[in-house]
Amino acid sequence: MSAPLRTIDLSREALHDRVKQELESGYRLALVAAHDDGDCLRVVYVLTSGPPDQRLELIVRLDPHDPRVPTLSDISFPASRFERQMHDTFGIVPEGHPFLRPLVRHSHWPEYWYPMRHDAGPTPAMAHDGVPYPFIEVKGDGVYEIPVGPVHAGLIEPGHFRFSVVGETILKLTARLWFVHRGVERMFQGVDVRDGVQIAERISGDTAVGHGLAYCMAVEEAQGIDVPQDARVIRSMLLELERIYNHVGDIGAMCSDVSFGVAHARAMVIREKLFRLNESVTGHRLLRGSIFPGLTSVRRLPTHAELNTIASEFSELIEFITSNSVVTDRFEGTAVLLADDARAIGTLGVVARASGLQVDARHSHPYASIGSAFRLITQSQGDVLGRFTQRSEEVINSLDVIREFIGFSPDLENTATLSKSGPMSGFGVVEGWRGSIVHRVELDEAGLVSRCCIADPSFFNWPALATSLTDTMVPDFPLVNKSFNLSYAGNDL
Amino acid sequence: MTDIGSSLGYGFIASLMQVVLVAIGGPLLMGLMAKVRARAEGRVGAPIYQPLRDLRKLMAKEGLRARYSSVVLAAAPLVVLGSTTLAVAISPLVTTHPLLSASSDLFVIVYLLLTGSITMALAGLDTGTAFGGMGSSRAITIGALAEPALLVAVIALSIQARTSNLPTIVADTITHPVWTSTPTRLLALVALVIVVIAETGRLPVDNPNTHLELTMIHEAMTLEYAGSDLGLITLGAAMRLGLLFTLLVNLFVPWGVATGSSVLGLLAAVVFLVLKTSLLAVVVSLIEVHSAKLRLFRVPELLAGGFVLAVLAVITELVTR
Repeated sequence: MSAPLRTIDLSREALHDRVKQELESGYRLALVAAHDDGDCLRVVYVLTSGPPDQRLELIVRLDPHDPRVPTLSDISFPASRFERQMHDTFGIVPEGHPFLRPLVRHSHWPEYWYPMRHDAGPTPAMAHDGVPYPFIEVKGDGVYEIPVGPVHAGLIEPGHFRFSVVGETILKLTARLWFVHRGVERMFQGVDVRDGVQIAERISGDTAVGHGLAYCMAVEEAQGIDVPQDARVIRSMLLELERIYNHVGDIGAMCSDVSFGVAHARAMVIREKLFRLNESVTGHRLLRGSIFPGLTSVRRLPTHAELNTIASEFSELIEFITSNSVVTDRFEGTAVLLADDARAIGTLGVVARASGLQVDARHSHPYASIGSAFRLITQSQGDVLGRFTQRSEEVINSLDVIREFIGFSPDLENTATLSKSGPMSGFGVVEGWRGSIVHRVELDEAGLVSRCCIADPSFFNWPALATSLTDTMVPDFPLVNKSFNLSYAGNDL
Repeated sequence: MTDIGSSLGYGFIASLMQVVLVAIGGPLLMGLMAKVRARAEGRVGAPIYQPLRDLRKLMAKEGLRARYSSVVLAAAPLVVLGSTTLAVAISPLVTTHPLLSASSDLFVIVYLLLTGSITMALAGLDTGTAFGGMGSSRAITIGALAEPALLVAVIALSIQARTSNLPTIVADTITHPVWTSTPTRLLALVALVIVVIAETGRLPVDNPNTHLELTMIHEAMTLEYAGSDLGLITLGAAMRLGLLFTLLVNLFVPWGVATGSSVLGLLAAVVFLVLKTSLLAVVVSLIEVHSAKLRLFRVPELLAGGFVLAVLAVITELVTR
């Protein structure tokens, strides 16, 4: 079932033209994974396209004493960010990169310490070097800066936002992230494949199924496990359950940010019902612990009655929200992300679809390739209202998809045997509720994880938030931020 | 001599009662509004007296001030509380004969409130933080539109009563009940409701319960305050709410306000006042529950609407008298 894979070894010189050619033929750069093999540094450029589901891995080997790659920043914006990440963690220099500022590395990291190198050793003492991050300063009459965070007033994750503002209008926003960098990729190294699930489910707490499944898919490909159809159905169903509870939560949070407290409270009631449904289906409110490499188990399936109750309460809520003219006025036309910008940035998931891009891994890389309930929903306007509507329509569609899955009455317990003769490297792509999540796993001879490289959709989408905010006003920022609802933990790893 | 002496004594007792009533009643009104909101959202909510507990907690705390702040930050809580207390003392809340009732002119009251607003805006700027300055800028923008509407709306009433003395306006309204249903009054009422909502920082203009700094107006100016300073500011804001709500009900539904000089009349007036303002608080919070926060640039439109209504009230009065 896994995608047709082409693996091509390339010289450093041939990389740029090859990637350019593949991007033009419809591939997207899904992941750039660097590896330290000891005697050489190996960079794997993973390109995907679909439908039909296709994957291309371009491999470049580098001298560890002089690790240089040609930059791809002129042909792919996401590549420029992957390159900055590689530069900070592996010391691989993207030659010709126009904006080689630290991304992962905060100023208290010792310079020339590359934590992902095999000889990085234990974490050295961290000390602030006194050099503030070089934010781009907007100059001009009446331009001032508002620094916000990394510590915020609400229960949200840390991130620093630097607004350049005239009056109440945002000229430029720079987001400085990686305050919750926990060294997740390093944590995977040397763990048993089954234990890796524990880490994967916690990469971003609200995306346990998305990351857990992407990891398991990658491990299963590496080990050559063919997952039975019933297991695929159950897994896809869990993914939709995760999408629904998060979308409902986001819709409530967007109402809360325009101070429409009653709608927020009603959304939270529905979300709580979903949590309880999750608990009775999987034994965990956040759907953890149901998917392992080669193993899928749930306690029961949701019933049609439960889904119908949620569907009708949710539809009433949406009706209630959209009938409030102040709320729709706040949503409409706010922070427009143009389709061209979204495409150039490489935006994924809900945000991209709200701007009219037809990107969805369920469409391009189908997992449980059955059923007709799934619809690829998109909006055209790309504003906060677009992202709101996108979410509400996806919830309704996901409920339909789950109903269809229940109709197949799949077995609750599914086991696949380990063949242990796989290619030892594997790739998983999943349409999590935020967007496409990819994991690329390599196993060593003992079957332990030697490298797990992760790309959360938030990594692609954060720059889109900043772009959409141009000419938006300051007090709308929290609402816009909620309409994107990107993960800090998933981005920072 | 005895006449002046007794009226002075009466005025003193009445004003003292007004200050105590608003100092306790203002926070309770906030608690009541929070309670209504909580119930509407399906929550039990904190007890109505929670704001009073919060004040006690804040007053017992050590006051901390930002290192590079000036006397403005330190003095602002006292100025805000002082100007509001003076306005409360001389306004016709439970009686039409409070202390200094001759000076209880509508311009005096409006400017006392304005003193508090300006002081708060200066305090927001004092620490030099981005949020404080942002809050001050927004508060002044809204204040600059709300204060004229307030002034003009009350002028409409004063033309009707041919005096700008608030106690006299209230007393005359009691003797001329037909005034309350004139077009002038109704137009001025709507204008004043809009102004009071803006001036007290309620929805849809400002959300007093938000934690989102970037959306704040009044709260942004108080972010640098802690402990007893914050307690004084919070009390000042609560008293301002109490004063504006009370003035609103007394100008339009003045019955119950003591016009004589008996202490029993004062006590009865207190009971009436509590009922009237509580009813108003419940109505305002129900409006709040069913509205969301306006886009910041729509707030001037709302306040301009209030101003136009106030001007119409004046014109109507001039034409129909």
